[in-house]
This record gives sequence, structure tokens and C-alpha cells, in this order.
Amino acid sequence: MTLYFRRRLINALSLTLSLAAMAFGLFWLLWILYTLFSNGLPGLGMALFTQNTPAPGSTGGLANAIVGSLAMSSVGVAIGTPIGILAGTYLAEFGERGWLAPATRFINDILLSAPSIVIGLFIYDVYVAQVGHFSGWAGALALSLLVIPVVVRTTENMLRLVPNSMREAAYALGAPQWKMVLQVSLRAAKAGVVTGILLAVARIVGETAPLLFTALNNQFFSNMNQPMANLPVVIFQFAMSPYDDWHTLAWAGALLIGLFVLTLNIIARVLIRPAKSH
Amino acid sequence: MTPQELRLKRQALQDMFFRGSTRFFAFMVLALLAAIILSLIHGAWPSIQAFGIGFITGSDWNPVTEQFGGWNSIRGTLLSSFIALLIGIPVSFGIAIFLTELSPTWLRRPLGIAIELLAGVPSIIFGMWGLFIFAPWFADNIQPWLTEHTAGIPMIGWLFQGPPMGIGMFTAGLILSVMIIPYIASVMRDVFEVVPPMLKESAYGLGCTTWEVVWNVVLPYTRHGVIGGVMLGLGRALGETMAVTFVIGNSHKAIESLFDPGTSIAATLANEFTEATGTLHTASLINLGLLLFLITFVVLVLSKLLLLKLQKGEGAHS
Repeated sequence: MTLYFRRRLINALSLTLSLAAMAFGLFWLLWILYTLFSNGLPGLGMALFTQNTPAPGSTGGLANAIVGSLAMSSVGVAIGTPIGILAGTYLAEFGERGWLAPATRFINDILLSAPSIVIGLFIYDVYVAQVGHFSGWAGALALSLLVIPVVVRTTENMLRLVPNSMREAAYALGAPQWKMVLQVSLRAAKAGVVTGILLAVARIVGETAPLLFTALNNQFFSNMNQPMANLPVVIFQFAMSPYDDWHTLAWAGALLIGLFVLTLNIIARVLIRPAKSH
Repeated sequence: MTPQELRLKRQALQDMFFRGSTRFFAFMVLALLAAIILSLIHGAWPSIQAFGIGFITGSDWNPVTEQFGGWNSIRGTLLSSFIALLIGIPVSFGIAIFLTELSPTWLRRPLGIAIELLAGVPSIIFGMWGLFIFAPWFADNIQPWLTEHTAGIPMIGWLFQGPPMGIGMFTAGLILSVMIIPYIASVMRDVFEVVPPMLKESAYGLGCTTWEVVWNVVLPYTRHGVIGGVMLGLGRALGETMAVTFVIGNSHKAIESLFDPGTSIAATLANEFTEATGTLHTASLINLGLLLFLITFVVLVLSKLLLLKLQKGEGAHS
């Protein structure tokens, strides 16, 4: 075997393996999507949105879980977004000098990948254990802690794409700093910041682990100060149960979450595209 | 003072307030990490006092006699993540090569998005799919074959023994690998793209094959970034909760082969925390959470440092 032939063989072999790896990755995605649709579609129906989670053996839907998930996610985003945008603004606009910006950026990236179950433990320790009962507020707080790092990261990155000449133009007109940031920088980076928020929402609606110890679950509608039903925990509980009708509901819930998250991801990517081409 | 001076003064005050509030929230993000660690230590304190360092090495987990040792959970976390990396690294590498070197340009973006969508699938869906679809299929088709064909091979034969139940340590590792492949692959793709085309073209000009360019030029140039990406994936795998809880089997026994059901830190927490009775049980679970956080913290810090090193190198070369 000549050296030339061997080199070509190794090349062909490794490139085939690379193709196989790509196919391997796509294979799982398609298999999971197929499973999600084929198992989830039979459970979809009006009852899913109008009735509460049932006891085993009776019919029902996921209305209270859907409402609970929406409520906690909204509150989580409402708390996390302003904090994240302001912190991200500091990193991009005022953090040139000093130790705070590099340190925060570093820690933020770590929080971004920190295990979400630990966030649940944290909120349990500082809120649930102090108040003495699980509640929707605690769940919303835990989710807001997951929102913050995502929003900080995208806000900073998007503000950095805003050309400096725009800032200088605003200053030259005599605009104060806060007006420049709010009405020029952040406005120019709006699409990117919105993308960050969408990605954060996509991340938290499917999160189960931090809600297990904070919001727990509830078979009925509840206010935010009581244990609160939410889709991920209901899916977890129903899927682990031995009842078939609970399984059907769990798959339908999983399909709802999956569709929602994938749609958000795709919208976020469409939004971010023009921002990148500047 | 003229009206103009007054206005300037007011603006300076507003600016100070605005800068101050952004700085405050930036500091809050920083303080959050300290708060998490402190509160976990606070919650775990009874367990730390009772078992000390022996908590890490003890393998007894008995809520009835209040004997707690975390070794089985810790080992499950490490082992399942190790299996995930073992499968995930080569596959991610292949995907990154495909996306940067092989794929036609018009396919790169859609394929890249497809891989990133895999990262967006909520972990609970991975878990359900793993338990209801993958595990039975795996038990019927793959496990018996593996057991049969590896039996008697020294060193690895014992790994694949035991009844084919579908769920267990190996299944958990396999599903984790599918979950972390998108993360590792997108970091690898991003760092492969920063290699200056000049370097690659000069290697091609010397007559290198695509594989030789990737192996001898691209990979050495980006090695810090590649390792950083792998560590990022490892960080994800260590802390993954729901997918693992569904398929790992949740048994506190010591495992004898990879097909045995085991448990991981996150799975133990998800299963037992809300049902824990007694201060010591709860504290021991929080202690496990603290250990998990410390392990992932170290891994993520390492990954960040390596990625930063790549960025610095980039600046020096250009």
C-alpha cells in the first residue's frame, strides 16, 4: 500500500465517520420529535385546556397546570428581565474599567450553566423553609434566577454590536448618559435583547428541577401563595405513575411544551439574523 | 446659577443614579453566586457536622437509621457524565468537522440550527422519551447483543453483564450524551471557524487531505477552545436532572455492571427531597446539592479559563 493511497483512505474513512456523526445527531432529533407527535397528538383536545388535572381513572385536562406554568413563567420573566438588562447594560456600557465587570461576566457565564436543581435548593433554603410552605412565588423566584444570566449575556453581546459612532453622535447632541443608553444603545439593540428574553422563556417553561422544591404541585387552581400546579412537574408525576390515562395527558403536555419551546427558538433565530448582519 | 447650569447638574445627578443602578444589579449577579454557596452550606450544616468528610466516601444511604453517605450518588453522577463524554466527544467532533469543512454552504445554517434545536428540547421530554421509547427498544435489541458479544472479553466483559432492563447507568449516560452533543458541537464549530483561512489554505497548498488539515492545523490551533467546549458539556451533564431521573433506575445499591440501576446526585435530590422527613435527611440532601454545585463550579471555571485562553491567543496571532 503506497503512502498516497493510505492517506486518501484515512481521509475518506474519517470524512465518512464525520458524516455518520451528523446523521447520528439528526437521527435523535427526528426520533424524539416523531415520538413527541405520535404520542402527544391523541391527547390534544379542548378538554386539555378546560379541565383540571384528574384523579387516576377519571377524565380531565391540564388547565390548572397550563395556567400555573404561564403565571410562574410570566412573573419569573418580569422579575428577571429588568435585572438582567440593567446588569448587561453595565457590562457593555460602563464596565470598561475596574474589576466588577470582568468578575460579573465570569460568574454570569458560570450561573448560565449551573445545575438548575441547585437553584431550586437555594430558593427552598432562603424562601420556602423560611415561610414554611411551598408556593407559586417561590417557583417564580427560582425561574427568575434562571432568566437573569441568559438576559445579561445576550444584552451585553447585543449592546456591543451597536457602533460607537452612534453613541458619540448622541453625546455630541448633548444627551445625558442615561438617555443615550435607553434611547440609542438599547433601542438599536432591541431585536437582540428581545431574542434574549425569548430564549430565556424557552429555557424556563421546560424546567422541572427548580420547581420540584419550590412550587411543588397542586391538583386544583391556586393562587401564587399556595403550592401551584405547573406543566413540567405534572408531566413528571404523571409519567412516573402506572396509569395509562395519566400517561396520555403527560405526553400531550410534553407536546405542548415541546412545540412552544421549539417555536420560540425558531422565532429567536429569525429575529437575531438581521441584528448580526449589521 | 443659570438655568443651564441647573439642568447640567440635574443631568449629572440622573446619570450617576443610572450608572449606580446598573452597577448595583451587576454586583447582584456576582453576589448571587456567593449567596447560593452560603445558603447551601447553611442548609447542609447538620449533615456536615454529623458526617464530616466521611459523607463523600460513605456509601450507606439509609433514611431509617439516619445513616447518610453520598458516595453512590456522587459516583453515579461522575460515571454517567463520563459515559456521556466518551460517546459525546467523538460525535460532536464529527459534527463540527462536517459543519465547517464538508457540508455545502447552503446546508450549514439549517443543519446548525437543527443541532441547536436538539439543545433546546426540554430535558423532561428527553426523560419521557428515554423511559417509554428508548429503554424498551434498547433492552430488546441492543443490550442482549452487547452482553453476548462482550462476555468473556477481559477488562470490559463485566461492564455489560446483568439483566437487560433498559434503564440503568448506561442508558442514562447514553441519553446524557445526546443532550450534551449539541453544546459541545456548537462550541467546536464556533472555534473551528476562527481558524484563519490562510493557515488552512497553506496546508491544503502543501497537498494535505481534509482530514490532515483538521487534525494537524485546525485542532492544534483551537485545542483550548475544544477542551473548553468539552468541559462546558461536562458541566451540563453533571447537573442534568430530569432526563437522568427517568432512566437511571434510582437505586442506592452499589452497581456491578453498567446495566445495573444506579442513582446520581440530581436524581436522588429530585426523588427524595420533597418526601424527606427529619432534619438530617434534608440536610444530607442539601449536602449532596452543595457537592454537585462545587463539582460543576470547578468544571465550569476550568472551561471558562480555557476558552478565555483561546481568545487571548487569537488576539496575539492577528
